[in-house]
Amino acid sequence: MRIKSKSDDNAGQLSLTSMIDVVFLLLIFFVMTFKIAAQEGDFNVKMPLQGQPSGPSEEPELPIKLRLKADAAGNIADIVVNDSQSFGNDFAKLRAFIVQMTPGGVEGPSDAKGPEVELDLDYGLKYEFVVSTITSVTGYKQGDDIIRLVERIKFAAPRKSAN
Amino acid sequence: MARKKFSTKAAEGDMTPMIDMVFQLIAFFMVLINFSQDDQNAKITLPTSELAKPAEGAAEFPIVMHLDKDGTIYMGANTASVDSIRPLLSTEVAVLVSQSKAASDGNIIIRAHKDAPGGKIQDLINKCQELGFEKFALRVKEEEVK
Repeated sequence: MRIKSKSDDNAGQLSLTSMIDVVFLLLIFFVMTFKIAAQEGDFNVKMPLQGQPSGPSEEPELPIKLRLKADAAGNIADIVVNDSQSFGNDFAKLRAFIVQMTPGGVEGPSDAKGPEVELDLDYGLKYEFVVSTITSVTGYKQGDDIIRLVERIKFAAPRKSAN
Repeated sequence: MARKKFSTKAAEGDMTPMIDMVFQLIAFFMVLINFSQDDQNAKITLPTSELAKPAEGAAEFPIVMHLDKDGTIYMGANTASVDSIRPLLSTEVAVLVSQSKAASDGNIIIRAHKDAPGGKIQDLINKCQELGFEKFALRVKEEEVK
C-alpha cells in the first residue's frame, strides 16, 4: 500500500498560470513604452557675451568670416569666406579650404589655438545647414578617428528677419 | 475495492525555460526604460552630423531646451517663445545661484529642429547670453548608417 503524504499532494498542485499572465502583461507594457532613440552628440560652443576680453591675451588672429546666404525656402544659396571666396552650396569645398587654413590640424590640447570662425547667417537659413557648416569647419572623419580643424566658433549678430 | 482513477491533466511541455526568458526580458526593459521627457521631444527632428559623438560625461548643470521649427521653445514642462523665454531662464539662474554657482557655470543644451530658422537659434543664444550664460551645446544626432 502506497502511503501518500499530504505534503506530496500539495506540492504538485500550485498553479502558476496567473503569475505568467501578469508577467506577460508587464512584458507587453515595457515593450510598448520602450523607445529606441538615435544617439545624440553635441557641438560645444563657448560664447561669452561680446565685449568682454577673452583670456589674458587678445586674439592676434582675425577670425575667418563665413557668410551663409539662404534662398527664399531657407536652403543654402551661397557660402562666402572672408568676403572673397564663394563656395556655392558645396560644403566639401569649404572643408578643403579650412583644411589648408589649419596646417596639420589641431589635435589634442595645444597652446596655439587654431583659427576662429565667425558665422554670419541669414535669418531664414535652415538650422540643418548651420549644422552642416559647423560640421565641415570643425573636422572630418578619417576611418574611425575624428581630425579636428577649428576649435572656436562664434556667431555674428543675428540679421533681423524681414517679417 | 474500487480504484479511483485520478484524472490527469493534458500533458503540457515544461514551461520553466520560457518563464525564465520572459523574466530576463522584463529585467532588460526595466533597466533600460527611461520615463524622463527632458532629453527627448518627439516633435523635434534634430539635424544629422557625421561628427556627432555622445559627450564623454554628462554636462554639469545642464539646461535642455527644445526649439521647434516655428520658434516655440519647450523647456521641461513649460512652453514659451523666444521673446518670452526670459522668466524661465531667470528661474534657472536662480536655481544655479542657490547651488552657489553662476549662470556662466550652466550648460545650455539646445535641441533645435533641423528646419528651424538659424536666426531663431541666434536670438535664443543672445537671450541666454543676456542673462549670463556662456556655455552652449548644439545637439545633433548621428547620421543613419547608409
